[in-house]
Amino acid sequence: MTQMNMLQAINNALDTAMAADERVLCFGEDVGIFGGVFRATSNLQQKYGKSRCFNTPLVEQGIIGFANGLAAQGSVPVAEIQFADYIFPAFDQIVNESAKFRYRSGNLFNVGGLTIRAPYGGGIAGGLYHSQSPEAYFAHTPGLKIVVPRNPHQAKGLLLAAIHDQNPTLFFEPKRLYRASVGDVPDEDYRLPLGEAEVLKEGTDVTVLGWGAQMEVIEHAVEMAEKEGISCEVIDLRTILPWDVETVANSVFKTGRLVVTHEAPLTGGFAGEIAATIQERCFLYLESPIARVTGMDTPFPLVLEKEHLPNHLKVYEAIRSSVDF
Amino acid sequence: MTTTKAKVVYSPVFTDGAEFRIPTFKLLKQDGSLFKGAKAPDLDKEKALRIYRAMVTTRILDERMLAAQRQGRLSFYMQCTGEEAAVIGSAAALDDADMIMAQYREQGALAYRGFSIDEFMNQLFGNELDYGKGRQMPVHYGSSKLNYMTISSPLATQIPQATGYAYGQKLAGDGHCTITYFGEGAASEGDFHAALNMAAVHRVPVIFLCRNNGYAISTPATEQFAADGVAPRAYGYKMDVIRVDGNDILAMHEATKAARRLAVEHNRPVLIEAMTYRLAAHSSSDDPSGYRSKDEEAVWREKDPILRMRLWLERKKWWTEDDEKQLQENMRREVLETMKRAQKRPPPALDTLVSDVYDEVPPALAEQFDKLKAHIRRHPDAYPKSAEHAKGTAKEGGLK
Repeated sequence: MTQMNMLQAINNALDTAMAADERVLCFGEDVGIFGGVFRATSNLQQKYGKSRCFNTPLVEQGIIGFANGLAAQGSVPVAEIQFADYIFPAFDQIVNESAKFRYRSGNLFNVGGLTIRAPYGGGIAGGLYHSQSPEAYFAHTPGLKIVVPRNPHQAKGLLLAAIHDQNPTLFFEPKRLYRASVGDVPDEDYRLPLGEAEVLKEGTDVTVLGWGAQMEVIEHAVEMAEKEGISCEVIDLRTILPWDVETVANSVFKTGRLVVTHEAPLTGGFAGEIAATIQERCFLYLESPIARVTGMDTPFPLVLEKEHLPNHLKVYEAIRSSVDF
Repeated sequence: MTTTKAKVVYSPVFTDGAEFRIPTFKLLKQDGSLFKGAKAPDLDKEKALRIYRAMVTTRILDERMLAAQRQGRLSFYMQCTGEEAAVIGSAAALDDADMIMAQYREQGALAYRGFSIDEFMNQLFGNELDYGKGRQMPVHYGSSKLNYMTISSPLATQIPQATGYAYGQKLAGDGHCTITYFGEGAASEGDFHAALNMAAVHRVPVIFLCRNNGYAISTPATEQFAADGVAPRAYGYKMDVIRVDGNDILAMHEATKAARRLAVEHNRPVLIEAMTYRLAAHSSSDDPSGYRSKDEEAVWREKDPILRMRLWLERKKWWTEDDEKQLQENMRREVLETMKRAQKRPPPALDTLVSDVYDEVPPALAEQFDKLKAHIRRHPDAYPKSAEHAKGTAKEGGLK
């Protein structure tokens, strides 16, 4: 065990994967000698050489197209998009190519080795274009996996799982926690399961569900609620696609209430999909409407980002309303 | 069907374009004198001083605001240092009614057009007077009255937009053009290629101005492209191209003036590659010591474009040491006073969160806004920037 922040854990996961398998490559804008603008790829070029860790020209569709080709060839590309806000030039390569490579060829070819890393999320005074949470756009695309870690231990274990998983995987990293989240991380290679949510705390009155940086917000909100005697069950979804319906439904069978929170806007956000599925599964068990606590239906602001974000006070109020319904 | 009328050969002949050597256009030496054989530019005193003042303003603003960022007054800043001639020399060669669609390091063009220090500061601090209503990070300026499109952070998106804007100008027949600025890194984006191809095909009056400043954040130009810079790409689109010493204010002005004639009078789009150097870090979040040497920077510090212009002005007897001292003092004082004023102004009103998403606030968003205000009223201490604005419902508040 070593104490690491999330960036160090991600760097350690990449190092672990590259040491174990020379087919693993890391590339993207500024990831070479500089180690990425957040330093997630620090020292990888020095350690594994320019042919395995390198700067690309500044072209996101090129980075992912190149990565698709590499994955089809049998390499294991881990491509970095500098900010999730800048992933959209690569939307075609991801949605029409990565996601459909296996299906359209009748499994003659696949890009299962592909992992795309991108920092996401707000709370860092990043304004419109350094704050977005684009998971829902990709969650509408069968063939992709989408994973979001909440802390350093999860980040290493989930990233190693994503790299070894035989499906193209988007790995969204909560950049607000890159240095803020610190914890013990095993030194060895370990993989946490994809497609499985994790119950972080058991409770009986209400289920509170989120992922990534929002888990820290939930923790504060639940502390407030528990002081008032509300027993909360807390779940980290961890994988957005394909998501773990069983774990969430089983929790709601028990609590009868669900609060889902994410930073992305309300309309078309992934909480809507969760709410629809859970009301189908758990309709007769629900004691109150499923609540969504999300960003507003606007672009991401700057000066008023605190007002926009679904902070612990808003999550706490939703828990309170759900229980008082 | 292709329209190529190339001659035919009967064994494989590959060409690599090596026969194309694009020269660099220069007029001004670092000591302020003209190169032998260089033609003195057509630039009167009034305009020359307007250019010079904009360069000095930009440099002082950049120095002061980076310091302000370091002091924690500002969240973020980007300097133009070293690239002032490339930006201001080109902007000054245009008509003030021509459109500018910049990347994010072209504050000099705005300074030249007459954006006031107050206007800069209001954006940087995102206060209630910021035209962008506090929504974008610092340096994302925009001015409709000065024909300067609001900056967007995603790289290269403005380049094909410039082609479209200029096509509209051509149809309008008002004799105006659009200039778009971008770095040599952004020129790797697909949008760059789309923009140049469409401009050439549709004969659009647009000037593509590439600031080849050597670095895209940490990535050196040598890892950005294998070719001799960005300029040779123009051949592939059958477009006029010129490479200019980007630290030479006179050459930048002269080249852009000629490019504007091609664009406006002949509907020929032009690519200008300004060879310069990003003396500053990419942004206040960047530290160049991780990827380049001080020695390399020192070489370019010797090629300071502002000093070069000042020496030329002094040779022309249009500028004295006293003028310089006065300008520096006045500008530093104005920047400091204006900064203090802007920092004290309140943030934009709470309803700027939901306005301008559409022309009118849709009902579902108005409902979200009402809920937000009710929430803020319950927790006023948690929202010091907006607690005062959280009174009343959307309808009562006269939300448009």
